[in-house]
Amino acid sequence: MVPLSHYLILSAILFTIGMMGVLIRRNVIIIFMSIELMLNAVNLTFIAFSRFLNNLDGHIFAFMVMTVAAAEAAVGLAIVISVFRNKPTVNVDEMNIMKW
Amino acid sequence: MDLIIDIIKILFIFTLIMGVFSPILGWVERKQSALMQDRVGANRADIFGFTMIGLFHPLADALKLMTKEDFIPQGANKVMHTIAPFISFVPALIAFAVIPFGGEYIIHGKEINLVIADLDVGLLYIFAFASLATYGAVIAGWASNNNWSLLGALRASAQMISYEVAMGLTIIGVFMVYGSLKLTEIGAAQEDFFKWGIFLQPLGFVMFLAAAIAENKRIPFDVAEAEPEIIAGYFLEYSGMKFIMFWMAEFIEIITISGIVTTLFFGGWNIPFVPTATLISFFSSLGDTWANIITMLIHIGVFFSKIIFFIWLQMTIRWTLPRFRYDQVMKLGWKILLPLSLLNIFVTGVVILLFKK
Amino acid sequence: MELLAFYILGAGAVVTAVMMVIHRNPIVSALNLIFTMFCLAGIFVLLNAHFMAAIQILVYAGAIMVLFIFVIMLLNLRGEDWPPLTWKKLLASFIGILFVGYSLIKIIGIFRGSMLPVATPLPEDFGTTRIVGEKLFTDFLLPFEVTSILLLTAIVGAVMLAKMKIDKG
Repeated sequence: MVPLSHYLILSAILFTIGMMGVLIRRNVIIIFMSIELMLNAVNLTFIAFSRFLNNLDGHIFAFMVMTVAAAEAAVGLAIVISVFRNKPTVNVDEMNIMKW
Repeated sequence: MDLIIDIIKILFIFTLIMGVFSPILGWVERKQSALMQDRVGANRADIFGFTMIGLFHPLADALKLMTKEDFIPQGANKVMHTIAPFISFVPALIAFAVIPFGGEYIIHGKEINLVIADLDVGLLYIFAFASLATYGAVIAGWASNNNWSLLGALRASAQMISYEVAMGLTIIGVFMVYGSLKLTEIGAAQEDFFKWGIFLQPLGFVMFLAAAIAENKRIPFDVAEAEPEIIAGYFLEYSGMKFIMFWMAEFIEIITISGIVTTLFFGGWNIPFVPTATLISFFSSLGDTWANIITMLIHIGVFFSKIIFFIWLQMTIRWTLPRFRYDQVMKLGWKILLPLSLLNIFVTGVVILLFKK
Repeated sequence: MELLAFYILGAGAVVTAVMMVIHRNPIVSALNLIFTMFCLAGIFVLLNAHFMAAIQILVYAGAIMVLFIFVIMLLNLRGEDWPPLTWKKLLASFIGILFVGYSLIKIIGIFRGSMLPVATPLPEDFGTTRIVGEKLFTDFLLPFEVTSILLLTAIVGAVMLAKMKIDKG
């Protein structure tokens, strides 16, 4: 039997990796994928708690998170494509036209 | 004991698909095209003068492709180029694990369920693995470092994502009617002839078959490999064994689609007007165990005859219709199949609400 | 047995996640992330969440990641060079690792001494489609319906962004 702390630590590690990805990479698609990884880590926490508290609410929450992730990916990638059409780059440092 | 039964079931399905169905499908496809175009068809390969109506052709093809040079183009990503055929091959094969090829039988006091893995999420499992087949096409096209391949991969990915949505929504009607995602339960619910999916979900059947053929990228939806336009699309740069794997993946997917259609819409292993209990009592003079065994064999035979019928149907469609244009394929998926499947769900819901009180 | 499966899947998830972050080639990154999703789906099965595992593969690996790969291929991104390492960056990452390691040790320490819930035997049908669906359509009906509005908004937004003509002045 795997104790709950194992799942939580794994989730924390994955979340940290995702956060590192957002912080150190400049490719906007990799940043997006890191965000997906962070959402996944959160889902793991939800489902782990759900199992150990014997309560299905966590599953529903994870379900909602997945919906949000899907919507976010669709809109985000559409934005990336339209930015790319305007200025052929995926580097977030070069997407600075809205910066004051 | 359970383990041995499981292994027997896996081996049975595996040898039947890999060893019998998929090699012969190559021959069937050629014979079907010959029949429909009024030609003689494959009949040249012979061993000591015996041609066996061309049945040696798959053997000759296999020998030829196995001894061919395994070519990887310059500038291709070697690792990706090598694993892509496996990625398209494996999901097609393991989707069959949840399709029941018979009901439940009691042999020597032991209950035998003729399905490899009776998952609670059976249909979702099939969809999950069908959606993975996209990666095979996409990675193959990308790793080949060829513009035509990349175009084919782009077309394949867009088409497969679109039709996955339509395919998923057409099926919802089915499990609304049967109230289960378990394929064994859906199959068992169709013991009565008038409860077959085709009567309860006629529109769902037509749309599912169309979406499934599109998902398999066969004519009339084979824009991803359209020879006159982009040569062969995503598997243009493949030869030898890897080419066979793409080919086999397509054939196995035909078999899997036939299996799903049979289970969902055509009663699975059930024979019209002959319930399992009648069949067992008919053979009961042979003793309980033998009656069960004979019933089991009959049901397996019925199931695979239905599968063969649907394979034939798909072959006929393939050699009848011309290829759609790419924009027509997308239009059909998003503007016709999607709204129709939503309408189907709505009507099914209303009917269930009105009549199933 | 379960512990072993957990360790294999967990290690797979962590290794592929790291590969996803550090690999130059976006396609390889995406494939690594798909593998991470698979490992997580396996862990969901260990947690008796069969429905969520299927949905995880269906939605994440089957739809979202295909979209990512589609966009990467559409933009034809073949990889990028890492920016050169400077002393500043090395120092920053060293401090970062120090902090992360310290907080990890702290977290583990907290878990050691705390009262986390322990596994109780579950009902037979925990995490099956029927139960999750019943919950979704009774207790959580309003959030579920709101989700549909969210998805509709996303569809309209994506279509509008894709159809928008950009004036290159």
